[in-house]
Amino acid sequence: MSYTTLSLTLLFVLIPLILSKTLHLGLEKDTLIATIRSIIQLLAIGYILKFVFESDSMVYVLLMIALMIITATFNARKKGKNIKGITWKVAITVIVVEVIVQSILLGFHVVPATAQYIIPISGMAIGNSMILSILFLNRFQGELESHRDEVELILSLGGTPKQAIHRQLITAIKASMIPTIESQKTIGLVQLPGMMSGQIIAGASPVQAVQFQLMILFVLLTSAAISSSILGFLSYPTLFNDRMQMLKDKF
Amino acid sequence: MNTIYQPAIHFHNVCFEVGEQRILQQVTGSFPTGNITTLVGPSGAGKTTLLKLCNGLISPTSGEIFIHNKPINSINPVALRRHVGIALQSAPMIKGTVYTNLSLPKTLQGMSLSREEAISFLGDVGLDPSFLEQNVTELSGGQRQRVSIARTLVNRSDILLLDEITSALDRTSVKEVEELIVNINQKYNVTIIWITHNLEQAIKIGHYTWVMMNGRVVETGKSTLLNHPTKDVVQQFVEGCLE
Repeated sequence: MSYTTLSLTLLFVLIPLILSKTLHLGLEKDTLIATIRSIIQLLAIGYILKFVFESDSMVYVLLMIALMIITATFNARKKGKNIKGITWKVAITVIVVEVIVQSILLGFHVVPATAQYIIPISGMAIGNSMILSILFLNRFQGELESHRDEVELILSLGGTPKQAIHRQLITAIKASMIPTIESQKTIGLVQLPGMMSGQIIAGASPVQAVQFQLMILFVLLTSAAISSSILGFLSYPTLFNDRMQMLKDKF
Repeated sequence: MNTIYQPAIHFHNVCFEVGEQRILQQVTGSFPTGNITTLVGPSGAGKTTLLKLCNGLISPTSGEIFIHNKPINSINPVALRRHVGIALQSAPMIKGTVYTNLSLPKTLQGMSLSREEAISFLGDVGLDPSFLEQNVTELSGGQRQRVSIARTLVNRSDILLLDEITSALDRTSVKEVEELIVNINQKYNVTIIWITHNLEQAIKIGHYTWVMMNGRVVETGKSTLLNHPTKDVVQQFVEGCLE
């Protein structure tokens, strides 16, 4: 696709801008910012990836992954600011997800150990881990606020912090995983996933595109399960002190 | 306060602050073993905070608390909370049936509560066995309060902290719960600290009373002191309550 052809697709930006203006939605500024940011960010990453693929150096691959982990961590930690050491907890979570995913894929030679495979798959695994961390932290916070009495009750009866927080922790882990599981149930029936569609448009065989898409779906499933579980179990102890008391500013 | 009794709980210069706010100030005094001590005073006097300090749900900002002469911080928090039971004013429940809630103290210890034991605890608080399988969301305020009291009894604590446990009950139920608490106190020599807004109840049930105002203990002694307080502020409070 040429840049001239691509510029024609800006018509798809014009339509929401006109609608926003006509219906007084007030979204013109946000739409423009989003469009400009996506153009700059994606073009930049396109040229960076081109450079990394051509250089064929693992150092650049690792740098790219490190950048993804740092960005994901700083994005997700905003939702858990009252959890002590949230930055490291999210970073550890994302790193564990990345290590497990790449160990399985590269260890079993599912994909070749080249930048062309490692970087996009890392992006999807880390991106999903970030979203799951945000979903988990959001729900966990809500559960803590609405079930403060229940946590205090269990502590008052001689329960440990782990017992006191168990129900809220499990609810938050489950709730954060549901979107991933539910979206997989209807995949292919309602919509064709972006990666698969991209491959088909680029000329790949639909069957091969499906195979890669399935691999990614399984990666996302494990990324979801690992992210919310690790983050959950790393987070809850920081809500209590060594006398097994709820820290007031955390609930 | 009579000194022949060993203190079950002793406060020494205890302060509790949240940020700049002083909730308790320089609280010193003892709760004698095997007696019922009532805590009375206007809302916001720090009574609930004092109970939570005894159960270790919170710790003092300064000062010391002793449980049977042992510094509270030297006692494992889990052991402390089983030893010093508390029935919270809001009577919080976990999701499920009355039985799920009654067996909670045992479940937390990896044990189970038999149905016979559960029925017996229900009987203690005047509820019949048919309540056992009832979902807690279907209980009235008074019934929740009774289940909360029964649940606190399951750990067989030797110190019981009761936070306005009769505030949601009707007159007949109040009488039954009062009789139950007196019975537990006499039969098992359980030390009871009971927050109440009902001064008649404090005089009738309590052996001793602490009058609290603005985070301070302003008067302590035998419960009958409420009939003839020595301090003007207490006199005004008593008159206000009895009007």
